[in-house]
Amino acid sequence: MNPFDFVTQTLRIAVPYLFAASGGVVAERAGIITLSLEGYMLTGAFSATVGAHYSGNVWIGLLCGILGGLIFGLLHAVATIRFRADQVVTGIAINLLAIGITRFFLKLAFDSSSNSPRIGGFAVNTSALGFDNPLLWMGLLAAPALAFLIYRTPYGLRVRAVGEHPEAAESVGISVKRVRYIAVALSGVLAALGGVFLALDQHQFTDQMTAGRGFIAVAAVIFGRWDPMRAALACLLFAAAETLQIQLQGNQIMASQFVEMIPYVLTIIALAGVVGRAVPPAALGKTGD
Amino acid sequence: MTASAETNQSPAILMRGIDKSFGSVRANRAASLEVLRGEIHALVGENGAGKSTLMRILGGLQKLDAGTVEVNGKDVTGWTTSDAIAAGIGVVHQHFMLVPTLTVAENIVLGQEPKKGVRFDYAWAVAEVETLSKETGLVVRADQKVSELSVGEAQRVEILKTLFRGAKILVLDEPTAVLSPPEVRDLWVVLRRLRDAGGTIVLITHRLDEVIEISDVITVMRAGETVTRLETGKTTPAEIAKAMVGRDVALAARQAAGLAHAGDAGDAGDAAQHMGAHTSADAASALSVTNLVVMGSRGTREVDGVTFSIRPGEILGLAGVEGNGQTELIEALAGLRAVESGSIRIDTRDVTYDNVGQRRDAGLSHIPEDRHRRGLILDYSVADNLVLGRQREFASRGMLDGARIAANAQTQIEAFDIRPPSSSLPARSLSGGNQQKVVVAREMGREFTVLLASQPTRGVDVGAIEFIHSRIREARAAGKAILLVSAELNEVLALADRIAVMYRGRFVTVMPAADASEDVLGEYMIGSKKDAA
Amino acid sequence: MTSRFRTQLEEALFPPIIALLIALVCGDLLIMSYGQSPATVYRLLLEGTWGNAYGFGQVLYKATTLAFTGLAVSLGIRAGLFNVGAEGQLAAGGFAAAFVGLHLTSAVPWLIAIPLCMMGAAVGGGIVGAVPGYLRVKFGAHEVIVTIMLNFIVLALLNWLIANHIHVEETLHTPEIGAGAIPRLDAFMPAFHGSAANLSMVVAAITALAGWYYLFRSRRGFELRAVGLQPDAAEYGGVSVRGVWFRALTLSGAIAGLGGINYVLGYKHYYEDGLAGGAGFLGIAVALVGRNHPLGVIIAALFFATLSQGGLAIHAFVPKQMVEVLQGVVILAVAMSVPEVRRVLRLGRKPVTA
Repeated sequence: MNPFDFVTQTLRIAVPYLFAASGGVVAERAGIITLSLEGYMLTGAFSATVGAHYSGNVWIGLLCGILGGLIFGLLHAVATIRFRADQVVTGIAINLLAIGITRFFLKLAFDSSSNSPRIGGFAVNTSALGFDNPLLWMGLLAAPALAFLIYRTPYGLRVRAVGEHPEAAESVGISVKRVRYIAVALSGVLAALGGVFLALDQHQFTDQMTAGRGFIAVAAVIFGRWDPMRAALACLLFAAAETLQIQLQGNQIMASQFVEMIPYVLTIIALAGVVGRAVPPAALGKTGD
Repeated sequence: MTASAETNQSPAILMRGIDKSFGSVRANRAASLEVLRGEIHALVGENGAGKSTLMRILGGLQKLDAGTVEVNGKDVTGWTTSDAIAAGIGVVHQHFMLVPTLTVAENIVLGQEPKKGVRFDYAWAVAEVETLSKETGLVVRADQKVSELSVGEAQRVEILKTLFRGAKILVLDEPTAVLSPPEVRDLWVVLRRLRDAGGTIVLITHRLDEVIEISDVITVMRAGETVTRLETGKTTPAEIAKAMVGRDVALAARQAAGLAHAGDAGDAGDAAQHMGAHTSADAASALSVTNLVVMGSRGTREVDGVTFSIRPGEILGLAGVEGNGQTELIEALAGLRAVESGSIRIDTRDVTYDNVGQRRDAGLSHIPEDRHRRGLILDYSVADNLVLGRQREFASRGMLDGARIAANAQTQIEAFDIRPPSSSLPARSLSGGNQQKVVVAREMGREFTVLLASQPTRGVDVGAIEFIHSRIREARAAGKAILLVSAELNEVLALADRIAVMYRGRFVTVMPAADASEDVLGEYMIGSKKDAA
Repeated sequence: MTSRFRTQLEEALFPPIIALLIALVCGDLLIMSYGQSPATVYRLLLEGTWGNAYGFGQVLYKATTLAFTGLAVSLGIRAGLFNVGAEGQLAAGGFAAAFVGLHLTSAVPWLIAIPLCMMGAAVGGGIVGAVPGYLRVKFGAHEVIVTIMLNFIVLALLNWLIANHIHVEETLHTPEIGAGAIPRLDAFMPAFHGSAANLSMVVAAITALAGWYYLFRSRRGFELRAVGLQPDAAEYGGVSVRGVWFRALTLSGAIAGLGGINYVLGYKHYYEDGLAGGAGFLGIAVALVGRNHPLGVIIAALFFATLSQGGLAIHAFVPKQMVEVLQGVVILAVAMSVPEVRRVLRLGRKPVTA
């Protein structure tokens, strides 16, 4: 097994996780439970495909993907912040909605239940990773950029305050709602970018193509203890395990199903505190009465 | 108010005719406050007197229903938090508004973060905090996480927070509730220094000994109204205590309770009427507590070695301002809080490590001080609430006996005059007084030997108060032992056979009710007197 | 006086009604975007579901599974807990039922075989439900994330078991069970010929009834609801809050697991990979729309099943995916309207004074 191939394949698998997990971190640090990463990702993938298809331009596809993620992110934000809907239920609803809407418009636009026509992508050569793919770089930079945002900017300070002790933030005149709206919108955009990468990498949109990646991102957020860089590390870890499994396919050291389980098992262990407690932001999930 | 006319300067704070209601609760009724510049002004009153609400209105955290607010001569009625902060008002809340995972410096500059381009200039924040800290003598480490601070240090951070924003008028809500005596002294030093530097300070407190120590002027509030304004140098603790608890109310309550008397001063003699008639001196105690130590949520000793016993047919009244350990004591007795050391006995049974159910079976009943949190499930019907804690009694083979529950509800509703008399209504829809009657009916309408009654008539209308009081007297006559904890001094005086005062986790006195009066008890309550242990 | 309970009823019923109206509007939009007439499509949907025996049978079949998962989720919510793991619990239960059934021969009478398999299903789901229960009680681990993660783990595990150990060649399902089959409706009601509807729906109905009795008539149910409404008062009332949490999650898992019998015992007579098919997640919707009440859950289960089956019926006119969109819309709409309705109704409420 070629180490270079191992690294490139791992990165390729990791990019969607990196985008989505970074989005998940910022929204949850602000106190909003985000189970909708899967839905954002799927929407981003589909919107990008539609945009790229009808305009013939990859960048327009990218923009459409961002827009799709933004809309769904704002939907989650309005439901949970303005209407105080249960954040878990809303997250699940958005995932279901994304599946339904993408399927419906897939049929409507492309008359197919399974996939869209082929679209162009960023990578010139589809078999190689393509370090000329700007989305790859954006994905790798997402976590450090988020880390900078959260730990080194005034907005990031407010996010951290709002997610731990919103009353304290209110008492100094900060609009908790505004901070949260921005954070959730950001999470929608970032996770959608993960989907955009997927769609452009595979050069088409296929039904439910995200296949649970959004939930692996959730696992990475928790396993990384709501820290952008740690979550990114978790993403790389999970991606590496997948790559390992693919490369060792014939050798069957561990069945593929067990490799699949790794992110989820690790997350449960983290929550149970066997290796140090994963403590969420104190105000996570508490917009309701 | 004419005080300001003497000084030729508009008062720092002038609030007039403030009305504020939360639903049916009138937190402030025509309340007023006048604070001159350069004063340390104490705002005192019992729990629920309306002090915090008044200050929240001042700080822009709450909108008033009626009245006017002036700060330094300017009308600022209805302003927001940001306006208040900008105008130099800094509020240090009773429950700290600090983010535990952030550092001291981060908490202080939150909302007004210094910037360097797009970055948060943390280094500048740290430097500023250290400078401010030195200037004011409020010693803190700017780089430390707030979660690691002691309570006293956290309070200093809160004060620095306000000063960082240029506060000239500082409002502190119960600042000493969480401090140890040396920390309190440090705080006085800081406050005096701030006053001398031109600041104005409002202290919300009920610790009267501290009020005497530190304040220049005192405003007393009671039941949402402003009762009086006193100059600290010219008044006595007794006078303050009297204003706080209200003689007139005591008078009415006692007349309603059937204790007729002529004059107004020194009613202690009437206590003899209900003393001792129902207990025999050598009866074994129904409840005995020995050297009880209970820790509070903040890791402090809230109950610091308490010993007492109650005989059958006796009411022991526990007086004292709230926050001196009464809550933790009751919770430990009821089985809702673990005991650090010491023992609790009901009759001959040691219940120190028994759970709630076992204590009930041993004959314990408990009227909790917070009926909404502990005493009732608001969405359950009255009938269901009447069996809360007794559900096993009303079940056979795992299934609840609806007929018996309904019958029990009917009986209790009639016996305790609960209105409206419908057992299927959700408890939420009853008035406060009737909700309390449900709790009382449940706890007193069963077989018990010891009753813990904590603030049994709080938030209850006068008619229901009288009703509950007579039930308590009946229980005593029937040979029950009752521990009555109440922040209402007149209630304790009217009902108890013996009265203990709790101050900072200890019983500082236990005396026969005959010897007690508001004046006498007041001195113990404010901590200026302690009997030998 | 009764106006007080009317408000409680209003708080319970308004959100689903509002959600239904919103869904209708969305449905109109989606249908018209396809150039069809909403009236025609809705009528077709109703005809294809409640209008003919086969369609109705399918509705009943789908509603049965949803009823189980809906009951499971609603039980957890009544205790203040969120069981998102019904999907995995359902699959585990189905697998366990098949496992038991495989080890029985046709010589075993149905009176023993069916209950045995059912118990297997409940135990299978219950074990999966006990894990988050234990983790919550012992470590304070939030059950939402644990159940979500466990879904993936359980499904992967089952997939591995099937693919590597117990499957029929070229398929992803187990061999047929020896005994424990539950008869289909068309066995004695020929009108339902061809539909998967089977007597498991009777089990579902009984479970709902038992659930109702448990919640509203038993002592443990009284304590469970108390914990969900006001844990401090429940503790004051001598209830072991932790005990309730563990029991509730385990029981919730068991009920979801029991749902597996619909497919395994009543329909295909084997366990197949993917049997859950989203019914676990839809169970959350069913619980939500059914306002966590057994009767409401049954009605909501029928509603979602009608939507699902109806989608197939109208497929010629509008893609059945429209139904999935409407499902998401309904859930979102209910979730948003519950707190709003409560706020609006409580705003004007004043306590009754003597």
